[in-house]
Amino acid sequence: MILLVPRQTASNGWQIATPVMAVLATMVTGGLLFAIMGYDPVAAIRTIFWDPLFGPAASYSRPQLLIKAAPLILIASGLAIGFRAGIWNIGAEGQYIIGAITGAAVALALYPLEAWWLFPLMVLAGLAGGWAWGMIPALLRNWFGASEILVSLMLVYVAQRVAAWMAFGPMRNPEGMGFPGSRNLQQYPSAANPELIAGTGAHWGVVAAAVAVLATWVLMSRHIRGFHIRAAGTAPRAARFAGVSPTTLVAFCLGLSGALAGAAGLFEVAGPAGQITDNLGTGYGFTAIIVAFLGRLHPVGILLAGLLLALTYIGGELAQLTMSLPAATVQVFQGMLLFFLLGFDLLTRFRIRRRVRA
Amino acid sequence: MMIDPLSVFLLLLSAATPILFAALGELVAERAGVLNLGVEGMMITGALAGFAAAYATGNPFLGFLVAAIAGAVISMLFALLTQLFLANQVASGLALTLFGLGLAAMFGKPFEGVKAPPMPAGPLRINWIVWLGLIMVPLIWAFLNRSRAGLILRGVGENHEAAHALGYSVRLTRTAAIAFGGAMAGVGGAFISIATVLQWTEGMTAGAGWIALAIVVFSKWTAPGVLAGAWLFGGVTVLQLRLQAAGVAVPVQLLSMAPYLATILVLVIISARQKYSRRAGGGAPGSLGRNFHALR
Repeated sequence: MILLVPRQTASNGWQIATPVMAVLATMVTGGLLFAIMGYDPVAAIRTIFWDPLFGPAASYSRPQLLIKAAPLILIASGLAIGFRAGIWNIGAEGQYIIGAITGAAVALALYPLEAWWLFPLMVLAGLAGGWAWGMIPALLRNWFGASEILVSLMLVYVAQRVAAWMAFGPMRNPEGMGFPGSRNLQQYPSAANPELIAGTGAHWGVVAAAVAVLATWVLMSRHIRGFHIRAAGTAPRAARFAGVSPTTLVAFCLGLSGALAGAAGLFEVAGPAGQITDNLGTGYGFTAIIVAFLGRLHPVGILLAGLLLALTYIGGELAQLTMSLPAATVQVFQGMLLFFLLGFDLLTRFRIRRRVRA
Repeated sequence: MMIDPLSVFLLLLSAATPILFAALGELVAERAGVLNLGVEGMMITGALAGFAAAYATGNPFLGFLVAAIAGAVISMLFALLTQLFLANQVASGLALTLFGLGLAAMFGKPFEGVKAPPMPAGPLRINWIVWLGLIMVPLIWAFLNRSRAGLILRGVGENHEAAHALGYSVRLTRTAAIAFGGAMAGVGGAFISIATVLQWTEGMTAGAGWIALAIVVFSKWTAPGVLAGAWLFGGVTVLQLRLQAAGVAVPVQLLSMAPYLATILVLVIISARQKYSRRAGGGAPGSLGRNFHALR
């Protein structure tokens, strides 16, 4: 018989080893899945995980890596802080959509003004929009005890409909000949979020993601609030006795993660996406949850996990083009990754011992 | 606008059924102490598997059976993670939802654009599955409150240490409850694809699984409460559709927010009452969301 003995503290070695094991297990299981579906498993895995970086089309797909990773890292950094404190913001997707809308609203309202301060103002509006959308579940939890999980999630569906309404109504491009969708911000120089260094894919969102990684690292390991967050997550009662206010933490964590998700939305709508459409939501908000867990809720881990999941997006698109794999394959891969990670996590929290007969 | 109360009630019954099934299943799981956020993933799996089976065999009832099995099978991933590997229930449930949505989208492609086989009308022109859902309410109530097995299940959910000490298997009870929840969510999802929309589209459950989770809170963890919550939700949905059809001067997109906003509103009212009422917990099972690990 096998016996699980809880560890006093989580094992550092396994903390690092389990995400790697989860990735390998996902590749093997994914390969099996492809084989069942009648694809060449080796070719499929290579197309997803290798070709975007080193294959023949890498010069096109490599810049995509930063474009896709930036929003994931930005959102996951915020989510991870809340998850550490046991505050579950599952609605980052909605905060992302609202941030994109409020940010774009500034540009659309001031069109065709050209000014250097327009883009910074849009970023602020994006942050504010995401923050406000994140504060709704925070306040409803603090005032009424409503589950932030369910409220933030319901607000994703509400945000999607706000985006559709905007695209068909108030924000519709007056020169768009009746088609839904706003003006294209990429064609509005003051409002655009262009590539900063040609050929890298790096736009302001990438810069913001780098700043977020650094800032959350400082917050979590060098700042008293980071200590409070970790304390509330591991020993809520003890934290309360030590004067940590749970309501402040809820507002802080949901507001911060909402703001970061909102900024990610703004960078996306002013850059790669270009306009407000009725399918503004891209699923980044949900994938970022996987990024946060795979990165062990640690800034550096999140950076690596964000790049890895960006790779699955790009590789998935490549596999769709070259091997006609279904588009949803990526989502299945991402789900499997989280499953394996949660399963292997057993090793970080328990020692496995053979049961000895007494 | 002509409103025929009977036809509105029939629409309400139909709109409430997917949520009713999913929420009843989640109710049983939560009474056993398991918080499974994978409802949406299990529903969409059932919606696809059921639709595929109904389409392939031409028999909608076989579709529902397959949907129940598919829901139960995929819920075992969650059971494996939380009961055997002792993973966090919130994260595992989310993983199940993300995985289920992806899996259904991946295997659903060939079924896009085909029609579900027609369902024979049940007694009083009400769908058989709607009847089944209504019958499940007293059955689950009786199981939880009037049967020995239900007593054990509640014991496991209320205090897993005590249940374990009495010699009941916490892990086995919870796994069975998770499987039942999965089967019910599967049937709920299949009702959308087979009986309501009559076709398969990606992401067609559109948050119904999350609303089901909210309705369990609304119900204060009782079966009649779940029925009331599902009907309330069904009422809001029908009302919203009626207003859309009547061409009210409000954008369609804003009207279609109504079910989600109503869910938030209900959640707030119920949570506030529970927060400020004298009885702590508001009816939530004592061990809800906590994993059990026997050291002996």
